[in-house]
Amino acid sequence: MRAPGASNRSRAPGRPPVGTGVSRRTAAEAAGVAAFLALALLGVPALRNGYWQLVLQTSAIYTVVALSLALLLGRVGMISLGQVALLAIGGWIALRLGFATSMPFLLVVLVTGLLTGLLGTLIGLPALRLSGLHLALITLMFAAAITLLLEATQFPNGGGGFLGHSVLTTAPSILRRPRFAAGDAAYYRLVVVVTALMFLLVVVHVRSRPGRAWAAIRQSEAAALAAGVNVTLYKLWALALASFMTGVAGGLLAASGGGLTVYQFPTQNSIILLAVTLMGGISSLWGPIVAGLLFEALPALLRTWGLPSDLLIILFGVGVIQVQLTAAAGLASQVPRDLANLVRLLGRLAGRPRGRELSG
Amino acid sequence: MIEISDLTVRFGGVTPIDRVSLRFPGGTCGLIGPNGAGKTTLFNVLSGFVTPASGSIRAFGHDLLAMPHYRRARWGLRRTFQTEQAIEALSVFDNVAMVHEHTGGRRSGRRREVLEAIGFVGLEVDPRALVGTLGARERRLVEIARAVVGEPRVVLLDEPAAGLPDEETEQLGRMIRRIPEERGALVVLVDHDMSLVSACCEITAVLDFGHLIASGPTPEVLHDERVRRAYLGTEEDL
Repeated sequence: MRAPGASNRSRAPGRPPVGTGVSRRTAAEAAGVAAFLALALLGVPALRNGYWQLVLQTSAIYTVVALSLALLLGRVGMISLGQVALLAIGGWIALRLGFATSMPFLLVVLVTGLLTGLLGTLIGLPALRLSGLHLALITLMFAAAITLLLEATQFPNGGGGFLGHSVLTTAPSILRRPRFAAGDAAYYRLVVVVTALMFLLVVVHVRSRPGRAWAAIRQSEAAALAAGVNVTLYKLWALALASFMTGVAGGLLAASGGGLTVYQFPTQNSIILLAVTLMGGISSLWGPIVAGLLFEALPALLRTWGLPSDLLIILFGVGVIQVQLTAAAGLASQVPRDLANLVRLLGRLAGRPRGRELSG
Repeated sequence: MIEISDLTVRFGGVTPIDRVSLRFPGGTCGLIGPNGAGKTTLFNVLSGFVTPASGSIRAFGHDLLAMPHYRRARWGLRRTFQTEQAIEALSVFDNVAMVHEHTGGRRSGRRREVLEAIGFVGLEVDPRALVGTLGARERRLVEIARAVVGEPRVVLLDEPAAGLPDEETEQLGRMIRRIPEERGALVVLVDHDMSLVSACCEITAVLDFGHLIASGPTPEVLHDERVRRAYLGTEEDL
């Protein structure tokens, strides 16, 4: 709902050129996101609801994956339809490291991130010269290949050999948690803290040299080259960073809930994640949070209401169209703007005489 | 000084530049010709986006063609584009700072040099304003500020006045004329606005279908019979 006469397009020309420096905007957004994450950190465990705590924990993990996707798509202009497959790879690496070594948990997660970053970059290497539809297709093929591969190898569960999977045991594929975060509430907090660190990593990048280089590449590779930007290097850097974050998310997921199964990572999830990331908004820091909640918390909500969560596929399809048509910047900017318009409208309806006074 | 010798570019069966030899001695040099004459292709060769079939380009004693394209900006080659390419997602300051930091400008002097470049082009907007919120003229000026920040050696301007009203074009011309002396760079100006070219350029070269048909002092070139026939039309009053 919009107030009559209110300009309703974020792309509309003639927006006042007030001091909207990009770094200041990012800073304000970052502060908001930090406050939100602090609230999630302290508030959710206090509710003492194990089910919703787990749902929000998984939402936070998928928020990190959506953040990596938004980084690629929104900041650099590279599309990936294989991010959930990369998440599965991260989970696999973390489990493999966890069973094979006695590394502390945080180190496992860090090394998982680095290895996934390396792998993601290597996979992205041949795709560097591609863009748009071709890059999307290549990454989708990659996701499909990983899904098939995982069905054959399964996740490590403490077995021997390189694959570390034993069919003789029913042991779950779960990464042992660190001693300081063994309990569910403590692990939830750890996940939120790591999510916050990933946001920090992105903000630091976006506000400095790589962020400016990415903005140039996103607008025009030719102009970026003419400005002295080593386009290949900065694209690889973005791929490495996005894959690193997704790998870290995989490590977190491996110690979450009941562990990993191959059924958690169907190929279509990469596409659904792209849809919710677009819906949330790829150029705002709030977007990935909205995306994580849409991806994990909304299905959980439907389940508790006894509705089939397949409804969401339709809803997300319509949602992407809605967002692309009416608010290219995503729900993260559309909802507050519409709410503000609604409040203004209600305010005008409630206090007409005063409004007239003001305008007169 | 830029010295182009025997330059040939081929795209399949088309030869947009055919054995062109040309010298830009310094100051502000014009490059004109009808659409499809090869002006932008020549800029693209200089920037490294197009690899010529043969020929050489020496700029201030350096072999330009031997440098990878992104290194040329660091060396001092800057350009603007026919369709203006200021980065919408960044502020005016960050647009210019981005070029400064990728062309070897020192961090310590960045703020001062960036603001100096913004001041040089005569931009009177808040440097923190997003370029996406600016008008056409201001965005062109941002692009030129990007081209002159730091230590440029060669500035290629591809139709900087396209779409601007006469008065703004005159202002732009006055600023372009100051680039060689105040920013220390050789300027090559491509434009269809003959008043801008004659106001800015001492020397002008004319391309037609990939061939150099004239070059020399601008007034002489503009009155050259072949140039008038090929490009300006004999009827047109200069």
